Amino acid sequence: MGDLRLMKGNEVVAEAAIRCGCDGYFGYPITPQSEVMETLMLRKPWEETGMVVLQAESEVASINMLYGAASTGKKVFTSSSSPGISLMTEGISYLAGAELPCLFVNVQRGGPGLGTIQPSQADYFQAVKGGGHGDYKLIVLAPASVQETNDFMDLGFELAFKYSTPVMLLTDGVIGQMMEKVELSDFKPRWTDEEIERISGEWACLGKKDRPRHVSTSLELDSEKMEQNNHRFQAKYQSIQENEVRYEMLNCEDADYVMVAFGSSARIAQKSMEIAREKGIKVGLLRPITLFPFPIKQIEELAGRVKGFLSVEMNAGQMVEDVKLAVNGKVPVEYFGRYGGMIPTPGEIVTALEQKLIGG
Amino acid sequence: MTEEIIIAGFGGQGVLSMGKILAYSGIMQDKEVAWFPSYGPEMRGGTANVTVIISDERISSPVLHEFDTAIILNQQSMDKFEETVKPGGVLLYDPNGIVNPPTRTDIQIYTIEGARLAAELGNPKTFNMIILGAFLKVKPLIDMSSLEKGLEKSLPERHHKLIPLNLEAVNKGLESLETVEA
Repeated sequence: MGDLRLMKGNEVVAEAAIRCGCDGYFGYPITPQSEVMETLMLRKPWEETGMVVLQAESEVASINMLYGAASTGKKVFTSSSSPGISLMTEGISYLAGAELPCLFVNVQRGGPGLGTIQPSQADYFQAVKGGGHGDYKLIVLAPASVQETNDFMDLGFELAFKYSTPVMLLTDGVIGQMMEKVELSDFKPRWTDEEIERISGEWACLGKKDRPRHVSTSLELDSEKMEQNNHRFQAKYQSIQENEVRYEMLNCEDADYVMVAFGSSARIAQKSMEIAREKGIKVGLLRPITLFPFPIKQIEELAGRVKGFLSVEMNAGQMVEDVKLAVNGKVPVEYFGRYGGMIPTPGEIVTALEQKLIGG
Repeated sequence: MTEEIIIAGFGGQGVLSMGKILAYSGIMQDKEVAWFPSYGPEMRGGTANVTVIISDERISSPVLHEFDTAIILNQQSMDKFEETVKPGGVLLYDPNGIVNPPTRTDIQIYTIEGARLAAELGNPKTFNMIILGAFLKVKPLIDMSSLEKGLEKSLPERHHKLIPLNLEAVNKGLESLETVEA
């Protein structure tokens, strides 16, 4: 067994980054994710692995530092919470357009605007539908536990480099602030210059003098070429949709109804499922782990044999649109959520299930 | 076995650290644990609460609307959490500062004079360990060796010299629990 600890999700983001051989972090503090940089500063990884940890002067600066560092083929990430991610969004679009592998962690809080510091999932649309301008997608991983937060840091970097694309870890104030038992990953060394040359040498800006220079840019003023670039992006997103869907299904085999929920909402919905099953309601839970790519086929398949879906979210109803697209009118799809920093209780979800789906 | 606990009081009473020690001790005993705090501006001088779940199985929700045990350390928390104890559940409180004692008759109610006993021990900071001891008298989920390991894991090394005092406080709590007759 590995290193067992009791840690907060935010602390684990930092620890897992160090352990998976991350080269650099550029960030700016914001509640409820400040423990990420706090933990990095306490751990001083620059003394241990050589990882750079830098507090930038703003979110705009940190995302552009990330762009620069990612251009050199290094494993780099930033973290923030909702309003900070909005500030970074121009840079995120640029990183996607330049096809640079990197990781963003969004520990969501309630909005819009400065909103509240309490947990929320209201950045679903922003994360999976773009947020920034242009036809791009991020791979979006939604951990539902502190353990998955640990596991998805490494997975996030793996996917980012496999597809040469930015990846977002979409968590929230519940997962970030909660402490759970976590088995930390073993230490991986940072990539050497030779490994970076081998992995990313075809595109990374490495200062090599014996070949044409590499340019890391999202700019292409020739529209025909820009359309070609977009064809390449879309083919990549298609390949991600076909190969990288991750999800968890609980009690869906005999289910009459299925709840769809991700991240912390899925944890609460799981408790609701336990309560509802005790009452004799045959309900299951589908938990998308990747929000893009979304588990469309799994929902399509379930729609052929259940009586209805309830999308449970800590927002005013965002993922429910994707559930409806996948269900395509075959059975009713309802939504239940709390928002603005309020967290639904298991009891409230059971009531919604009874009133909106079963009674309706 | 799953035990769902809310610990609620003032910021500074050691509510969050008591929950952390309980959760870490649970890990030392091969249990699944979750620790979910209230966080935000209200923590500075105001009320603080934390949900702790200890279970033999994978824990679903860290967010709960009812609890097996409520450990209540001020009046505001009594007003908020008395009603959230499951029927047949446990309410443990320190009567110091409680103006309106609990009135429910469908739960088991216990008191622990934590503030007074901590003063007697000569260190008000032992308050939360006295409360923890009293809780473990009602619900013996954690044995003393796991608790000692939990303290070692939770406290920074420079404070390890205080572990014997903490264990003394836990024992004080174990001995001093009082049952409130319904």
